[in-house]
Amino acid sequence: MMVTMDPREHEGDRAPVVEISGATVRFGAETVLDRVDFRLFPGEVHSLMGENGAGKSTLIKALTGVLRPDAGEVRVGGEPVSFATPAAAIAAGISTVYQEIDLLPNLTVAENICLGREPRRFGAVDWRAMAARAEAVLDDLGLRIDPHSILSTHSLAVQQLVAIARAISIDVRVLVLDEPTSSLDLDEVAELFRVMRELTERGVAILFVSHFLDQVYEICDRITVLRGGRLIGEYVPTELLRVGLVEKMLGRSSDEMAVRARTEPAADVAAPVLAASELTVGSGIVDADLRLGEGEVVGLAGLLGSGRSELARALTGVDRADAGTIRVAGAPVELTTPRRAIALGVVYSSESRRTEGIIEGLSVQDNITLALQAERGVFHRLGTTRRRELAQSWIEALDIRPADPDRPAGTLSGGNQQKVLLARLLALSPRVLVLDEPTRGIDVGAKVEIQRLVGELADNGLSVVFISAELEEVLRVSNRIAVLRGGRIVDTIAADDLTVDSLLALVAQPEETS
Amino acid sequence: MSTLTADPAAPARPLVETVRRFRSRHASWIPVFAALVIFLVMLIGAQANFGNFLTPRVLSALLLDNAYLLILAVGMTFVILTGGIDLSVGAVMAFTGMLGASLLSQGFPTVVVVPVMVVLGAGMGLAVGVMVQFFDVQPFIASLAAMFAARGLAFMVSLSSIKVEDPAILWLQSTRLQGAPGSFYLTPTGIIALLVVLVGILVLQYTRFGRTVYAIGGNEQSARLMGLPVVRTKLLVYVISGVCAGLAGVVFTAYTGAAYPLTGVGTELDTIAAVVIGGTLLSGGSGFVLGSMIGVFVYGTIKTVISFLGAEQSWTRIIIGVILLVFVVMQRLIVARTGTNRR
Amino acid sequence: MKPILKHRLFWPVAALLALIVINTIARPSFISISVQNGQLYGPMIDILRNSAPLMLVALGMTLVIATRGIDLSVGAIMAVSGAVALTFISGSSDPNGLPTVIIAVLLGVGVALVLGVWNGFLVAVVGIQPIIATLVLMLAGRGVALLITGGFITTINSEPYKFMAQGYVFGLPFAFYVSVIAIVIVALLERRTALGVLTEAVGINPEASRLAGVRSRGIIWGAYAASGLLAGLAGILYSSNIMAADANAAGLYIELDAILAVVLGGTSLMGGKFSLAGTVVGVFTIQTLKSTITFLGVPPAVSPLFLAIVVVIVVLVQSPRTRGHLGRLLRPLSRTESKAVAS
Repeated sequence: MMVTMDPREHEGDRAPVVEISGATVRFGAETVLDRVDFRLFPGEVHSLMGENGAGKSTLIKALTGVLRPDAGEVRVGGEPVSFATPAAAIAAGISTVYQEIDLLPNLTVAENICLGREPRRFGAVDWRAMAARAEAVLDDLGLRIDPHSILSTHSLAVQQLVAIARAISIDVRVLVLDEPTSSLDLDEVAELFRVMRELTERGVAILFVSHFLDQVYEICDRITVLRGGRLIGEYVPTELLRVGLVEKMLGRSSDEMAVRARTEPAADVAAPVLAASELTVGSGIVDADLRLGEGEVVGLAGLLGSGRSELARALTGVDRADAGTIRVAGAPVELTTPRRAIALGVVYSSESRRTEGIIEGLSVQDNITLALQAERGVFHRLGTTRRRELAQSWIEALDIRPADPDRPAGTLSGGNQQKVLLARLLALSPRVLVLDEPTRGIDVGAKVEIQRLVGELADNGLSVVFISAELEEVLRVSNRIAVLRGGRIVDTIAADDLTVDSLLALVAQPEETS
Repeated sequence: MSTLTADPAAPARPLVETVRRFRSRHASWIPVFAALVIFLVMLIGAQANFGNFLTPRVLSALLLDNAYLLILAVGMTFVILTGGIDLSVGAVMAFTGMLGASLLSQGFPTVVVVPVMVVLGAGMGLAVGVMVQFFDVQPFIASLAAMFAARGLAFMVSLSSIKVEDPAILWLQSTRLQGAPGSFYLTPTGIIALLVVLVGILVLQYTRFGRTVYAIGGNEQSARLMGLPVVRTKLLVYVISGVCAGLAGVVFTAYTGAAYPLTGVGTELDTIAAVVIGGTLLSGGSGFVLGSMIGVFVYGTIKTVISFLGAEQSWTRIIIGVILLVFVVMQRLIVARTGTNRR
Repeated sequence: MKPILKHRLFWPVAALLALIVINTIARPSFISISVQNGQLYGPMIDILRNSAPLMLVALGMTLVIATRGIDLSVGAIMAVSGAVALTFISGSSDPNGLPTVIIAVLLGVGVALVLGVWNGFLVAVVGIQPIIATLVLMLAGRGVALLITGGFITTINSEPYKFMAQGYVFGLPFAFYVSVIAIVIVALLERRTALGVLTEAVGINPEASRLAGVRSRGIIWGAYAASGLLAGLAGILYSSNIMAADANAAGLYIELDAILAVVLGGTSLMGGKFSLAGTVVGVFTIQTLKSTITFLGVPPAVSPLFLAIVVVIVVLVQSPRTRGHLGRLLRPLSRTESKAVAS
């Protein structure tokens, strides 16, 4: 579903509002950004693409005043600038809306929009003028949000729109949106895009940072690709296929990305290893039926809010189910805590790797052996040599880098942290592995490794539930796919019978009004 | 027009809409309202039990006996709103009281001594603020250290109490402004306390500094990214707490007519209890000075009831402790529930 | 040489040794030990004996801090356990009998354990911030102790009870053995079992630990129960020392002493990795410091001031920001550093 934006004339027609030439940033001996050029034109939506470590966030930091480049020039509106602080960038008309909404949840919408530049009368805050100003800004964008309401009473999507309202309430030339759609559902993304188009029509330039290829192709006029700190090129979406874009980001041919085709027929689900029926957790997941056979990979596909994580957490005892039954190897069980689930061989890898997975202050070794130790209980301590052996063997098996068991886990990259987490779970010799967004925020190389690993584990008899927002990935990895919408499993289909487009259609189909 | 924010399903039933809008606008006032209800219920209950509770004499004493606590509570509100805590206020009150009384007994004029006391309080507050802000020391450790230091300093001034004979100070407490004999009365100490409350309310509600205090309590990182003067504000709230401790020292010394190095042991806990009971969230970002005032009155009422009952004063602390616990548990339950409201 | 310098116990031990050396230079009698009736006497022996209550409390505090919490109620628990034990003995028919004393001790420690379990319940199950949860008991506990003693300072005459704090075994004070046994038991529990590693995991990230199947709740609860139990034992020793139950003075300010000991020993207040050996060194350091202060003729009431100064110095030294500030004072900030800070 791609809406083609009409290609606009750039060269020679208008001057860029932001022009970066030869930007170079070095952290010690490492060159993070190497003579990068970048242009942003007024009224366009421009996407900055690249892997982790490609230099995207560094370039943005250079633009928004968080750091100063060691070499090269930044021009805004034709004038060379050198931002000493983020506030200087804001003053120059460059506003940023971060992924973690940096607003104050305890204050009103109006206050959030005006904070730091509140209208004042005789030195005191003028509440009425503030509400009026906020109302004006919100109306301008076509948003109906009560300015007197407290921000935390609204959903994340609305809060994001308020953040944008705040950003444009001052004279803004450039709006940087950092991963704005990670937590939005389809309707909310549409709303956001509407506001973005409204802004571009007024000549605001938008720098849209997102890893959702679909969205980039839908909304962006131009794409800049970085790789390894260097500029690869500027492209127009209509002239570059997805495959080509990913190729440019990765720097390798897309054949390597194909995982072994899953030719074995679906496992015999008459004797499932894990079976859930009518599983319900609040309104997050309702009446879910799922069966998982031995050595099978079942993918959960759906948008955010469709209930994938809720289902995963209920299956593994992380959250308590309100209704329904779960059976492990045919016997009904009460999965009330993660401990119980682990004891039954059902383990969970959380999507919030940093906050619910890795314990950053502990070493890689301690992280890997943690669950095993917890299972054995307080009084049966794993001997020092045994712990070392375990850690070394898993580091080797999963190619965890750097291969140092005593390194604090917090210093590892996202991909390696995920591997440590996997090692911890696999050390328990589980029957069922539930992976929630295991490849999120990981560079494509590590992504492929993990996908391959899942395949190998399944081949060896482990059953896997695989959740990912990227439908291509789910298709590639799974035997069968359960499609979720609005908290329910609407269909379960063999992966061989699906394509990305048909899966997308199933996932995106709007709710039938009952 | 956006359909995102209108309620898609139900046609807007006026009453439901009004309630929802009220809640979305004034949610943070609800705990204060609860405190007020509790206060009134206690008053009515006491009146029903004793018969002579709701008299002008008792009610006036309610304010004036706790004037020092009122001042301390205003300062503490600022600190707790930013998510911090100040355990030193009782000891600083004692120290400034001791030093003030000592200076007065050495012949220094009141007009010099009182500002010195306030500045001293400000200084101790500044020390705590610097430790918290520039050295990343946790507020309770920094203020605990200040509490110990102030207590030791109080004893350094004198190991025993110092009587105050200065007429100006004594005037603060002894003068009564009374409408008619037998009706409500007010002393200058009470007026000072009420003024402090008023200034507190105005600053928090109408100045950029006050709004920054709330912002820091809401999300310090965001406040910083927004370019708000977080560092300066966090420092200042501890200074304000110190100033209030100094002022409370003046008021309390006037009230007792003497300075005693063991004054205010446990007062910081009373202050925190009053502020929390008054509806301020310990996590910061939500609360009002008016609520803290109600909290002080709740504390005072309990103390008065205990003395009416002729029971031991140690019961006051126990009961305050229990009520504080109940409030904290309720705050926790409410936070846990609303935490799951947002997606 | 380098590994020794990097060992985390290096600075605490060095500080202690430095303190001992300074003391010896100032008064050579500091390290003198005399023998009378087969019992050792001397300032260092006094330190071994007098440090026992603090040692017990600090051990418990280490465990609680490791779980990212704090226990401010230890002083109040000491008061309660002393009050319970002494009230039992003074009301019994045979105050000098060993069975009576044993029952009294068990009662006192038992009540303390219950209070610790209560604290643990509030923190681990209800989810209240540790500062506030234990603050409540800190508020109310002394009041409860006062009620138990009826508002008086109960005194008793009981040889077996007196023995605990004042008696000798094999030439060394009995109280010292109590310390040693407690240290050994806690150390065995933490390091020979998996309790230590699991506690550290819980302290660093309780939610991730829960998902990994660690009994977070149980571990946190256990830490507070242990803290209560140890504080109860400390209370028994304290009351044995003065042969009285003084609800107001028992364990006064011991919270800060304990926190300081833990911090001096290298355990971070943010929780996670902890060091029992460090705490032991920290306790001896504080006790030596106190002995020094007393020797200098400073009235005990003023000593909190010095402890506060030490706390501030230690916390500032440990704060990573201090190095940043020092760096800025000593040389202009290079660009690579500023970039690292900015990202």
